[in-house]
Amino acid sequence: MTHTPPLLEVTDLGLRLRTHTGTVDAVRGVNFSLRRGETLGLVGESGCGKSLTAMTLMGLQPEGATVSGSLRFHGEEMVGQSEARWCALRGDRIGMVFQEPMSALNPVHTIGHQVAEPLRLHRGLTSAAARKEAVALLDRVGIADAARRFDAWPHQFSGGQRQRITIAMALACGPDLLIADEPTTALDVTIAGQILQLIRDLVRERSMGLILISHDLGVIAQNVSRMMVMYGGMVVESGPTQDVFTRRAHPYTQGLFGSRPQLGMAARADGAMRTRLAAIPGNVPELRHMPPGCPFAGRCPVALPTCETQMPADTRLEPFHHARCVRLEAER
Amino acid sequence: MPLFLLKRLLTLIATLLAASVVVFWVLEILPGNAAQILMGPDASPEAVLAMARQLGLDLPPLHRYGSWITGLLTGNLGNSYVYSTPVLELVLERLTLTVPLAVMAMALTTVLALLVGVYAASHHNRPGDVGLMAATQVGVAIPNFWFAILLILLFAVHLKWFAAGGFPGWEDEGVLGGFKALLLPAVSLAVVQAAILARITRSAVLEVMREDYVRTARAKGLSRRATLWRHVLRNALIPVVTVMGLQFANLLAGTIVVENVFYLPGLGRLIFQSISNRDLIVVRNCVMLLAAMVVIVNFVVDLLYAVIDPRVKASDI
Amino acid sequence: MSAVPATAPAASHGRGFFSRAWRHPSFVIGGVLTLLLAGAAALSLVWTPWSPYEMNLANKLQAPSAAHWLGTDPFGRDVASLLLVGARNSILVGVIAVSIGLGVGGALGLLASARRGWIEEMIMRLADFTFAFPAILSAIMMTAVFGAGIVNSIIAIGVFNIPTFARVTRASANAIGSRDFILAARACGKGSWRITIEHVLPNIASVLIVQATIQFALAILAEAALSYLGLGTQPPQPSWGRMLSEAQTLLFQSPMLAVYPGVAIALAVLGLNLLGDGLRDLLDPRLTRKR
Repeated sequence: MTHTPPLLEVTDLGLRLRTHTGTVDAVRGVNFSLRRGETLGLVGESGCGKSLTAMTLMGLQPEGATVSGSLRFHGEEMVGQSEARWCALRGDRIGMVFQEPMSALNPVHTIGHQVAEPLRLHRGLTSAAARKEAVALLDRVGIADAARRFDAWPHQFSGGQRQRITIAMALACGPDLLIADEPTTALDVTIAGQILQLIRDLVRERSMGLILISHDLGVIAQNVSRMMVMYGGMVVESGPTQDVFTRRAHPYTQGLFGSRPQLGMAARADGAMRTRLAAIPGNVPELRHMPPGCPFAGRCPVALPTCETQMPADTRLEPFHHARCVRLEAER
Repeated sequence: MPLFLLKRLLTLIATLLAASVVVFWVLEILPGNAAQILMGPDASPEAVLAMARQLGLDLPPLHRYGSWITGLLTGNLGNSYVYSTPVLELVLERLTLTVPLAVMAMALTTVLALLVGVYAASHHNRPGDVGLMAATQVGVAIPNFWFAILLILLFAVHLKWFAAGGFPGWEDEGVLGGFKALLLPAVSLAVVQAAILARITRSAVLEVMREDYVRTARAKGLSRRATLWRHVLRNALIPVVTVMGLQFANLLAGTIVVENVFYLPGLGRLIFQSISNRDLIVVRNCVMLLAAMVVIVNFVVDLLYAVIDPRVKASDI
Repeated sequence: MSAVPATAPAASHGRGFFSRAWRHPSFVIGGVLTLLLAGAAALSLVWTPWSPYEMNLANKLQAPSAAHWLGTDPFGRDVASLLLVGARNSILVGVIAVSIGLGVGGALGLLASARRGWIEEMIMRLADFTFAFPAILSAIMMTAVFGAGIVNSIIAIGVFNIPTFARVTRASANAIGSRDFILAARACGKGSWRITIEHVLPNIASVLIVQATIQFALAILAEAALSYLGLGTQPPQPSWGRMLSEAQTLLFQSPMLAVYPGVAIALAVLGLNLLGDGLRDLLDPRLTRKR
C-alpha cells in the first residue's frame, strides 16, 4: 500500500467548553485514524461526549469552545482552520447525518431543493443539472417516484423517508467520509434496520470512511469493524469490534454489556437465577465535577483508591486493542 | 386550496358584519343625540324633533341599520350632519393623506425592524446586540406623540428643515412637497412600532437558528451568512408577519394621535373632530372603515402564510 | 420517568429568588425606576415643592432655578410639582385599569379554561374580535360618548385590558390543566372550583404578574395619549399627557417644557417593562431559557 495520509487522523483531540460557571473539558485525549473503506463506531451513554466529538470533526463545535490537539483530514491540519476552509469541506468531502429526521429538513423548501443544494453550492451545477443528479440520488436511497417527489415538501414524508433524504443530501457530492450521529435512534426498529443497511451499502459502494455513533451495542456490532467506548469525555476502550465484544477489558465496557436486557432467565454469578436488570450503580458525574483521575472511578466496582486521583495510562492489550484502566496495567 | 380560501373569506365577511353591528350599537346609545347637539341646549323640543326627522333619526334602529348597510355596499354613505357634504367625499379626501402616511410608516417600520432584528440576532450577546436591544427597550417606552414633538423640536424649531405641522396637499407644492410634510409624522409612527417589531424579529430569528435544519444547512457547507439568508429568514418571517398584521391596527390608532400633533387633515383627525362634534354619521362610517381595514389586512396576512409556509395549505386551521 | 407528583410544583420563591434577582440587570433597573415612580406618587400625597394648582402668572415660563427646580409652566405653576402629582395620576390609572382587566379578564379566562366547549369558544372569539378595534380608537370613542375625564378613561382602558388578560389566563390555565397533578387532584374528587383556586391559580400567577406589569405600562401610555387629546384627566388635575399638549404650543419659547413630561412617561413605562422582563426571567421555571 502506498503511504498516502489516512483519510482522518485524530491525535489527542480535546474540546473545552465555556459555561457560565467556568470552563469544562467536554472531550479529552481522543486518538484514532481512519482510512477509506474503514468503519468506526463510537459508543457510550448520553453525555459522554460522542456527539460533541462528531461535531468537532466537522468544525461545528459550539460557539466559544476551544479545540486542542490535532485533526488531519487527508493530511491537512484542520484545528484552527478558517471557517471558509471548513465550509468548503463540509457537505463536499465530509457528510453528516443526524439523529432527528423529523426536524432535519427545512419545512419551507422542497426536498429536491435541499438535496440539490450541496450540488449547486460545491459543484456549481445549474438548477437543471443539479436536479437530475438529485433525482438519481433520491432514487438510490429508495424514495419511490423520485422525479415527481423532487418537488414535494418535507411534511409529506415519514420519518424513515426523511432520513433517507438526509442521507442523499449528505452523500450528494460524493464525500470521502460519512459521520452518522445516532441515525436510527428516533426510528422504528424495522425502519432502523433498513436505514442501517442502506448506509452500509452506500459506504461499501463508494469506499467511504464511516464513523457511526450510537448508544446501542447491537447497532455497533452489526455495522462497524472497529469501535471506541467513551465515558466522561474520554475514550476508555478501543479496538476491533470483535475483540472489544469478546474481551470487554474496561470495567465500564463490562457494565455496558452487563446491563443489556436478556431474553429468558440468565444465571447469576452465585448460581441463582437473575430476576433483576443489572445496572451500573451511580450516575454520570457532571463535567465540571469530573475527578482528576479516571472518570469512571466513582462508579467502578473494582476501583482502587488511586483511581480518582491518577489518570490511568493507555494500555495496549493487543496490537489494535487499547484500554485505560490501572487494573490492566497491572496485568501486563 | 380553494376550500381554505373560502373558509377565510366567510370568516372575513362574518367579522365585518359583526363589527358593523357593534359600531352601530355603540353609537346608538349615545346619551345626547345628534339633533340635540346640532340645535344646541336652548332649542325647543319640537325643533329638535324636526331636525331629528330631517336627519332620519326618528326611524326604528333596525331600519336605520339596514339602510346603512345597503348604503355601504352601494357607496352612498349619507351626508355629514355638520358639513352637509356627502360622507364619502369627506372620507376619500382625507384618505389621500392618511393612506400614504400609513404606507410610509409601515414601510419604514418594516425596513428598520428587519435590519435591526436580524443584525441583533446574528450578533447575539455581543455589543451590537446588547446596544440595539437597549435602544429598542427605550423605543418601546416612548409615547409616539412625544417622539413626534421631539422631532418637531429638533427638525422644525431648531434646524428649520421642516414645517412644524400642516399639509400643503399634493398639488400646491407637488408630490415631493406632500411627502416632505408626511415625513416627520411617518417617522414618529415608525420608530416606536419598529422597536417592537425589531424585538420580535430578533427572537424569531434566534428561535429558528436553534432548529435542527439550520444545523443540517451548516453541515452541508453553507456559511453562516448563507444559512441565515436561505434557511433562517423565511422561517422567521412567519411569526414576524403575524405581528406586522396585528401592528397595523396600532398604526391606524397611532395616526389618530399623530395627525393631531401635526395638524394633518387626515382620516384620524376627521374621526377625532367628528366625535367631538357628535357628527355621528361620519364617526360611524369612519370607524367602520378603520375596522374594515384592520380586518382585511389580517385576512391578507393569513393568505400570506399559505404562500410562505407550505404546511398551512395541507392542514385545516 | 414521569411519576405523578404528590404536590403541585410551585413557582420559584424563597431565598433563592432574591439572590438571583439582585444579579439580574433588567429586574434591578426596572425595579428602581418603578420604585421611583411609586415613590414620587407617594411623596406627592404629603409634600410637593409648590402647590401644583397655584398659578402665578408673574412667574410664568421661568427657567430652572433654585426655587423652581424644573422651571414653571405657562401659568406659573411649578413643573416639578406638576410632575410629582402627575405620577400619582399615572399610578392611579394603571392600578385600576389593570385591576379591571385582571379581575374580569382573568375570571373569564379561567372560566373558559375550566368549562371548555362552546363557552370557551365564545369568550375567545369575543376576545379576538376586540383586537380588530384599535384600543386607542375605542377609548377615544368611549370617552367622547360618555364624557371626557379620568374616570371614563380608566374604565375605557380597563375594558380594553380584559381581552388580553382573558387570552393569557386561558392559555396558561390550559397548559397547566393538562399536567399530571391536576389529573391527580381530580382523581381525588376535588371540585373544579377548588382545583382552579388551589392548584391552577398559584401556578399561572407568575405569568399574570408579568402580564400585569406590561399592561400597567400600556395603560400609562394610553392615558397619556388620551390626556394629550384632551379626553383624559381634566384640568386642574395635573397629567403628564396634558402637560405635553400645553407645551406643544410653546415649543419656540420654552422647549424644555415639552421634554420633562415625556421623559417622565418614558421612564415610568421603561421601568415597568424592564421589571416585567426581569420577573419573567426570574419566575420562569425553565431556567435554561436563553435570552
